[in-house]
Amino acid sequence: MDAIDRRIVGALQGGFPLTPRPYADAAEALGLDEAALMARLRRLLADGDLTRFGPLYDAEKLGGAVTLAAMAVPEDRFEAVAEAVNAHPEVAHNYRREHALNLWFVVACERPERIAEVLDAIAAETGLEVLDLPKRDEYFIGLRLEA
Amino acid sequence: MRTLDAIDRRLVAATQAGLPLTPRPYATVGAAVGLAEAAVIARLTRLLETGAIRRIGAVPNHYRLGYRANGMSVWDVEDAALAELGPRVGALPFVSHCYRRPRRPPLWPYNLFAMVHAKSRGDVAAQVAEIARVLGPAARGHDVLYSSRILKKTGLRITETPAREPCSA
Repeated sequence: MDAIDRRIVGALQGGFPLTPRPYADAAEALGLDEAALMARLRRLLADGDLTRFGPLYDAEKLGGAVTLAAMAVPEDRFEAVAEAVNAHPEVAHNYRREHALNLWFVVACERPERIAEVLDAIAAETGLEVLDLPKRDEYFIGLRLEA
Repeated sequence: MRTLDAIDRRLVAATQAGLPLTPRPYATVGAAVGLAEAAVIARLTRLLETGAIRRIGAVPNHYRLGYRANGMSVWDVEDAALAELGPRVGALPFVSHCYRRPRRPPLWPYNLFAMVHAKSRGDVAAQVAEIARVLGPAARGHDVLYSSRILKKTGLRITETPAREPCSA
């Protein structure tokens, strides 16, 4: 990423215009032209510097449900269990963390009652306990990373 | 929040993986879902106003930006103090997400989660110390769980057809 890429990523983490020519409008604010901004976004996405470019939806406000789940997976089974968890399309994020509870994943479902079904299925498939840690209150969300 | 109608659902399904990189992306989306460009813009504007869209823009890969230390700090905070202290932790500039979650004793005694992203673990430790100062004696214990591998990272996947009867939740 060069300095212009960093400026783009730093400035465009929100507020992308809802106008007919949004790339042109965003480019103008950045001192670029539309084609250059689109080409750079295309490359940043292809290279994996951006995981996505577009609307970031809130699953709960869309009527769905989200939870955070944790499991203590024996090391010698880690890869197989991670694969079994990831195989569920409702698992949106999954991280390995350095703790006795070493597998942490987010489950997002359109039907709230589906959450328990997914967690039960994972427990049954792996024979391991799955801790369900749903959000009770949200105090802040929305970091802007400096690029 | 009102339930999405069928057209909203098509719009969410068509844009959740990203906006098209075309000069008129909302017209491109509209062509795919059978809406005029102006209708796409109007519906996305409403979804943004109601919070169904948190923001529109670039979702960076933290690691590529040099934020390699991703620490989930977790705290056992007196329940009575959380309503006041949770927002103060959430307001710290380096905290990206801050939630109250249930304890699951004996395995899991923590009820406050504050995610911090930094360029090194030393920086994370300094940020965790700052959270500890904000919480003071109301925090009876804490831990920091570093992520060592991303095993999966996709967004929400919504389908076009409602999975249940609409309700006025």
